[in-house]
Amino acid sequence: MHVFRKRNGKGNGNGGPVIRMEGITKVYDTGKVRVEALRGIDLAIGGGEFVAIVGPSGSGKSTLMNLIGCLDTPTGGDYDLLGEPVKGLDRNRLSAVRNRRVGFVFQNFNLLPQISAYENVELPLLFGSVSAKERKRRTEEVLARVGLEDRMEHKPTELSGGQMQRVAIARALAMDPAILLADEPTGNLDSTSGGDIMALFEDLWRQGRTIVVITHDAALSRRASRVVEIRDGRITRDTGARPEGGNAREALPE
Amino acid sequence: MERPRIGLVFRLFARASRIQRKRAFLTVMAIAWGSLALLLLLAFGEGLKRQLVKARAGMGTDLAIVWPGETGKPWRGLPAGRPIRARFEDVEVVRRRVQGLETCVGEMTNWRASLTNGRKTVNSRLIGANFEYGEIRNHIPQAGGRFLDAMDESERRRVVFLGDELAKELYGDEPPVGRQLLVDGTPYTVVGVMKKKLQMGMYGGPDADHALVPITTFKAQYGYEFLTVVLLKPERREDMPAVIRGFREVLGTRLGFDPTDERAFGIWNTAGEADVIRNIAIGIQLFLGIIGALTLLIGGVGVANIMYATVKERTREIGVRMALGARPGWITGPIVLESLAYTLVGGLLGMLAAIVVVVLLGMIPVEGNQALEFLGKPTLSVPIGIATASILGLVGLLAGYFPARRAASIDPAETLRYE
Repeated sequence: MHVFRKRNGKGNGNGGPVIRMEGITKVYDTGKVRVEALRGIDLAIGGGEFVAIVGPSGSGKSTLMNLIGCLDTPTGGDYDLLGEPVKGLDRNRLSAVRNRRVGFVFQNFNLLPQISAYENVELPLLFGSVSAKERKRRTEEVLARVGLEDRMEHKPTELSGGQMQRVAIARALAMDPAILLADEPTGNLDSTSGGDIMALFEDLWRQGRTIVVITHDAALSRRASRVVEIRDGRITRDTGARPEGGNAREALPE
Repeated sequence: MERPRIGLVFRLFARASRIQRKRAFLTVMAIAWGSLALLLLLAFGEGLKRQLVKARAGMGTDLAIVWPGETGKPWRGLPAGRPIRARFEDVEVVRRRVQGLETCVGEMTNWRASLTNGRKTVNSRLIGANFEYGEIRNHIPQAGGRFLDAMDESERRRVVFLGDELAKELYGDEPPVGRQLLVDGTPYTVVGVMKKKLQMGMYGGPDADHALVPITTFKAQYGYEFLTVVLLKPERREDMPAVIRGFREVLGTRLGFDPTDERAFGIWNTAGEADVIRNIAIGIQLFLGIIGALTLLIGGVGVANIMYATVKERTREIGVRMALGARPGWITGPIVLESLAYTLVGGLLGMLAAIVVVVLLGMIPVEGNQALEFLGKPTLSVPIGIATASILGLVGLLAGYFPARRAASIDPAETLRYE
């Protein structure tokens, strides 16, 4: 049974980084074509950081996100999530890691269309064996956290894009994960809703969440505490961890 | 943590199955039709089997029927080709000397006796037999009558037992028991009429057409010496070969022929024939069952198809579930469950339809129609239900397994990539 810990945002309780990658490579080999998506990534992300991963299309940042989120496994190198190696975990273990440690937010929301916002948010709690009473409490709590307490019974099709993304964020928060992993979260939104979502991320970060965002959106990456740029499967720039509360915009020259 | 969570699988299934009712309806109907076909074929097979077994037992089971013959081998200076016929007295000798015998019955036959009731005369077969004949040849008397008995035989009573068709011909709808019957001019009393029965094996003719009198009375009236037929019934079926051998030895000594001479008597051994008939009937039923199962399999392909379509449609959804931490089993479980649910609901509908059809067919009268009498009535039984349920379960599992396997092989990273 999963037990919720109130995270203080200062890492994972054992002092180490939330994410630690060393020499990560990823090769897609279809037999005919061999693509080296990542060519040796060294990356450590500590608790409470707000990291934006940027880079042009095809740079490997989506691959990196899949690896961070344990949707895929690296071809080479070591990846520890919360100090635990991910290498060699079977599919069931990887599912459990995704369920407990990672909260996903996608560009196109990826809500299940036939079920209500409430049921969407409840889904990871179901997979995580959370008791019915606790599920209800957590679902209502995170939906309130994203400001949708009055939209719980709506189906995704009855919600605006911004509202859908907030449901997705609530769903990502439901299991109280170690990291919130977002892939272009503002990419499908108009600028107003996008701004709201950015503000929500920043808010969550200021409350101590660890957030990793993959984005093209300069407005979003400016809000991050750290920007990591990837080109051709390598990290080409890393602003490094900033003191708490500092935004990357202070470190990045325009 | 690692224990399978059946409850969760059921909850996920309940949510998924709310979605596509129309398509599910057609699939369920296909399964119902397949189940109906399977059940009806099995039911007809069962009816046929019961009828065949009953018909085969109509003549009596595990008998050896012995006819007179001619010697095929010379014996102690006597040439081959001598006629060998058993006599009335031989029955008693066989009963005393042959081991493992339950009983031995002698029959004498008058092929064209004239039987007269008042002004109605019928020429028919008249048989004089030992009274044990009734039991081993399955002559069950209708209510109000009896078969010939030991006293009839020892006192040479002039009593007669009639086959049901013959009794009808002589007496019409009147009850024959207690009435007089002239047998070649001699008055007899009718003591019983045979219950109608289904008879497949026979010698001489169907039992329904003949009349029986005690063998002693027959002999006194006609003066016959030789038996037309000797019936041997062993205590245990497997002793039949030994009994036949013993019979040849005993009568070989008395009548003077080589006990190994198979032509001295013609012998029809029916032991085990009922089993052969039953096995043939089971074979027919199995064949019908396979045809039915194939029909059902087509329905199963329909279910598999709908499940494949579902998996394809929900690929992204499945990817999302995986990203949220659903284990492969929680993806496949609901799919298999959905497939099983369609199959079992369809199967139940098919069973209900089959019961209705069988009951309706059961109302059609078959009396008097020879073809229908042997076809029997379609019959549903518990084994048929179990067989059908097992086939349905298997079809449902298979129809769910393959689509589920495809669902489990979905790569979430691939499906979630934004195009």
